[in-house]
Amino acid sequence: MAHAGTLDIRGLNKQYEVRGEALPVLQDIHLTIEPGAFVSIVGSSGCGKSTLLRLVIGLEGDYQGEILLNGQRIAGTSLDRGIVFQEHRLFPWLTVEKNVALGLLNSTLTEGQQRATVREHIELVGLSGFEKAYPHQLSGGMSQRVAIARALVNRPDILLLDEPFGALDAMTRAHLQQELLRIWQQEGITMILVTHDVEEAVFLGDQVVVMEPRPGRIRRVVPVGLQHPRERTSHAFTAVKDSVLREFSGHPAADLAEPPLKRGEQLPPAAQWQFAV
Amino acid sequence: MSSTNVFQRVPRHLRGWVLPAAILLVWWAAVAGGWSTSPLLVSPAAVWQRGVTQVASGELWVALSASLWRMGWGFAIGAAAGLAVGALLGWSRWAERLVGPSFHTLKQISLFAWIPMLSMWFGLGDASKVAFVAMAAFFPVVLNTFEGLRSVPREYLEVARVYEFSVAQTLARVVAPAAAPSLFTGIQLSLIYAWLATLGAEYLLASGKGLGNTLIDGREHFWMDLVLFGVVVIGLVGFALNWLLAAAERRLLAWRDRTVAKY
Repeated sequence: MAHAGTLDIRGLNKQYEVRGEALPVLQDIHLTIEPGAFVSIVGSSGCGKSTLLRLVIGLEGDYQGEILLNGQRIAGTSLDRGIVFQEHRLFPWLTVEKNVALGLLNSTLTEGQQRATVREHIELVGLSGFEKAYPHQLSGGMSQRVAIARALVNRPDILLLDEPFGALDAMTRAHLQQELLRIWQQEGITMILVTHDVEEAVFLGDQVVVMEPRPGRIRRVVPVGLQHPRERTSHAFTAVKDSVLREFSGHPAADLAEPPLKRGEQLPPAAQWQFAV
Repeated sequence: MSSTNVFQRVPRHLRGWVLPAAILLVWWAAVAGGWSTSPLLVSPAAVWQRGVTQVASGELWVALSASLWRMGWGFAIGAAAGLAVGALLGWSRWAERLVGPSFHTLKQISLFAWIPMLSMWFGLGDASKVAFVAMAAFFPVVLNTFEGLRSVPREYLEVARVYEFSVAQTLARVVAPAAAPSLFTGIQLSLIYAWLATLGAEYLLASGKGLGNTLIDGREHFWMDLVLFGVVVIGLVGFALNWLLAAAERRLLAWRDRTVAKY
């Protein structure tokens, strides 16, 4: 656990310029993530959860407030912070091995150490034997495993995951969630997972940060408080999942894209009737 | 048995030869059967005989090497300049705004329209011809290099930033390989254009030796067999260039094998 990082986000605001007008994307985000924690961030599209991750990795700049990793203000990208994107983003002209090794292009390790760490990380994600394969020869799930290996090869303090399993089929997704859990436990680093899949968020996270859109804000942080391994069908699991879903609009099945109505807000009579539960 | 069945009995890899073989056969039959007495109709054997003399006397070698030399220099100069200009336009939006419109206007001018100007500048010798070939080779490389650089996915560049690649590392490890298929298309077109332009230059700036001059010789002396022999050699050179490029592409861009990856 030597290299798990503490992430501290204080009073973060971010806006985009759209046709000369400021469009707030993130508003007053406060979030502290303990070293070695696994935090899930859920929210509908447009709630700024991906932007938040891009700010933490350093691909976006120009924000107000503070983002601190181990007390240091982040500036630009750094090998201390790793990321896995929704698309694997492997380079199609390189083999698995070379794709992973490219993560070490600017590392201070000797050549021998680099080879060893590449081998270890390919093993970590369960792809030994596929070192010489090209990305087009791999399935979506395997490609995402390689992307995880590449993201971890520098032994970052914190790993960010931006909907990493969003494009995978349900079976592969469930399997990779297990794998990610194992890797998190084995590596002991801090992980932040952005997802729109509430079950995934609850299955993996120590906490689930629920965000709401327009502008992106944190609505609530739901502690999960369940021991691993978690049983998805258990009563306790379902209860946490429901409490997260309720945050979206008060209805587990409601359209996640709509901002929740404020209590006491005047509703048209028909709407009152429809939503009376 | 129907003719379709005969065709289908030819092994697949030889089917491409059926049409040329048939044409050769009809040609041979036309001559042997005396279908025409026109001096335009020479026998395949006469063309072959002309080929043998051309090779034996060394004339073919002189003409071929002169043509290839012009093509080689023109291509090298044109493609190198094309790479530089294409890279500049692809890399810098500022350069694109400054140079882009002029470039797109110039490329609309038919290449052959430059010949009178080139011959006034450089005379009828090799300098004019090489300059013309270089111009022909230049444009496809610029366009494809530009396209290639502009189509490098932003996602790849972000990966480069995440792993803190320097500008040089990003260029060598991400931009160049990502743009390689497009660059290669540019080079391929450029080489073929260079070969076409070589013949055009030799024919229109008639002086010295070269395959184009061989054709002119044939026409002026009304040696149909020489003209046809020249055409065959020119076709074979084009064929060889294509084959070489295809082999190089298979080797260099093996990763593109069948699938173009999503990212």
